[in-house]
Amino acid sequence: MRIRVGHLYPDYLNIYADRGNIAVLAERARRRGHELDVAAIGLGDPVPGDFDLYYVGGGQDREQELVAPDLAGKSEALRAAVEDDAAFLAVCGGYQLLGRSYRDVAGAELPGIGLLPLQTVAGTTRMIGDVLLDCPWAGRTLAGFENHAGRTLLDAEAEPLGHVLAGFGNDGVSGQEGCRYRRAYGTYLHGPLLPRNPWFADRILADALAHRTGGEAPQLEPLDDELELAAHEVSSARAWARGGRY
Amino acid sequence: MRPPLALGLETAAFRAAGALSRLARRGGGTTIPGKLLWKLDPGAIDALARRLPRGSALVSATNGKTTTTAMVAEILRPSVAVVHNASGANLVSGVASSLLAGRDAELGLFEVDEAALPEVARRLDPRALLLANLFRDQLDRYGELELLAGRWRKAVADLPHASLVVNGDDPQVADLASGASAARVFGIDDPAHARPALQHAADSKYCLRCGTPYDYAAAYVGHLGDYRCPKCGHARPSLDVVGSAIELHGLEGVAFTLSAPEGTCRAELTLPGLYNVYNAVAASSLALELGASVGDVAAGLGRFSPAFGRFERIEIGERRVLMLLIKNPAGANEIVRTLLDADPPRVAVIALNDEIADGRDVSWIWDVDFEPLLSGLETLVATGARAEELALRFAYAGLPRARIEVVGSLEAALDRGLALTPAGDELAVLPTYTAMLALRRLVASRGYVANYWEAAA
Repeated sequence: MRIRVGHLYPDYLNIYADRGNIAVLAERARRRGHELDVAAIGLGDPVPGDFDLYYVGGGQDREQELVAPDLAGKSEALRAAVEDDAAFLAVCGGYQLLGRSYRDVAGAELPGIGLLPLQTVAGTTRMIGDVLLDCPWAGRTLAGFENHAGRTLLDAEAEPLGHVLAGFGNDGVSGQEGCRYRRAYGTYLHGPLLPRNPWFADRILADALAHRTGGEAPQLEPLDDELELAAHEVSSARAWARGGRY
Repeated sequence: MRPPLALGLETAAFRAAGALSRLARRGGGTTIPGKLLWKLDPGAIDALARRLPRGSALVSATNGKTTTTAMVAEILRPSVAVVHNASGANLVSGVASSLLAGRDAELGLFEVDEAALPEVARRLDPRALLLANLFRDQLDRYGELELLAGRWRKAVADLPHASLVVNGDDPQVADLASGASAARVFGIDDPAHARPALQHAADSKYCLRCGTPYDYAAAYVGHLGDYRCPKCGHARPSLDVVGSAIELHGLEGVAFTLSAPEGTCRAELTLPGLYNVYNAVAASSLALELGASVGDVAAGLGRFSPAFGRFERIEIGERRVLMLLIKNPAGANEIVRTLLDADPPRVAVIALNDEIADGRDVSWIWDVDFEPLLSGLETLVATGARAEELALRFAYAGLPRARIEVVGSLEAALDRGLALTPAGDELAVLPTYTAMLALRRLVASRGYVANYWEAAA
């Protein structure tokens, strides 16, 4: 099956090797006989309603400021897509932009698109290091790396992506990391998040396939993930050893 | 305020500490006495620097600072007694150690870590400052490019009397000279060696003034090149020192024409790659600023041999190891490009560590364009503390998993790579910084190469 992916602002939001996540999704789809058809959605481009998966990565402050006004113009189309059960993965800066707002250190407010029930306020120190999350909704863990000045606060009824086992997470105090709404996932875990967390890559693919067919999320046939699981082990050990420290 | 230490007596003690540290084989002892000095009396560094009769010059950049600084030292060596942090210890403590060791020097020449530049500049009050490039590098440690550029801008503003030497081909860096009364601007002009498009990981590709993507008449290395904003006209400044008519001779070296206000020469280098032309043009610009002649420059570059581990060939029995340091996307892309200019390797050992000096965040390997290596590669030996991540980078790029061997230990990986290399052939070894140091120690312990602090002495 052809899975259509809309990659938002790949020229601007790519600071943490976001193309690695796309490469993993493409290869894992291909090995199950599917095809990932990735289209860039840039500044000024319309958002066609027929994508099964949207992706937005992280950028430096400057790039984030450059895309924010444009993203505001796309907010209705993106919100409608998520309500229509399209899948969405937003990483780091992209995750922040999906919330209601981002306030920088100087107090200036950058509007978000209100797709996820959260807001972000910049702190004076960055939260940098390895992270390990427990995701009880999936019965799995996610291992990654975070580097953000923003403190993200979820609304009371919002669901986090996971609970912090080691590391900082959304704000360094709540024990929550990321946010999950319908088939949209936002997280600070950046860069090669999917290579070392293959279950999460497959979950996103299954969500996108479900959107494509209009049916249930399919069971994807297992792959040989020996390397992936070994990388997950090392990354988890790093988080236990040195996550959550400045 | 604490009274400053009596320099004579104390520095003798610190030098002894360095010798002890080397004896204890704690990694060369290149920064131990400097650390002590800095802890005891940070102001002593300022005092040591003030004793240099011809002052100091600093070099900072994301990529190439060790090589560039070593080139400047080589150019100046015949005419000036230079103290130089050749081992790459480039934080305040490393500069302090060099100052301690170089009592009889006339001129201090120091490469300085990008983040440490403001502090070192404030303490040393240098007469010249070379700022060569800013690429994304270790975001976990340095933060974002804009922040770093802002700190550099302040450091420059605080040094009104220093001669500024900047890379005009880097928009962020060139802009640091826009407020300076006199700056020497260098760059490359040779469209024949331009890349057809900006690389995936290109930085600074949006106009500093208005945010519009720059048009590049030529992009040479990453975002370095001849840029112009189509909307507001912000463009590369005119160049004072230019590298042109470049010839790349595979892995053997490069030649180019250097044109400066002082004159013109043809320079020959035994280092490969366009990125080393940038290093050489940068080094030449600073050397000229410090009073060298064009003849000194050509002779110095001709004599120059590579800084340790950056590009090094080591004979091991009937085989050769070609060691090339990789540390960030822009630098690694140039290494890949250089390897492809020669015979692409059939076996490669790539070592990914994640210590502070390597960057704890290993995301950057996904921003490197390793793909062109794939077609010629029969076996990848992935090693280092994050060997699996590196293996995944190549697996998802399309290298069949059967051709990837994960060997955690650096020593076993090196031996495996050598075993896969036919006699008479060369093995490409691409380590990150701490892996490079460890591999070099390993090869030295087998008697094949000098330890770097010996080589640097």
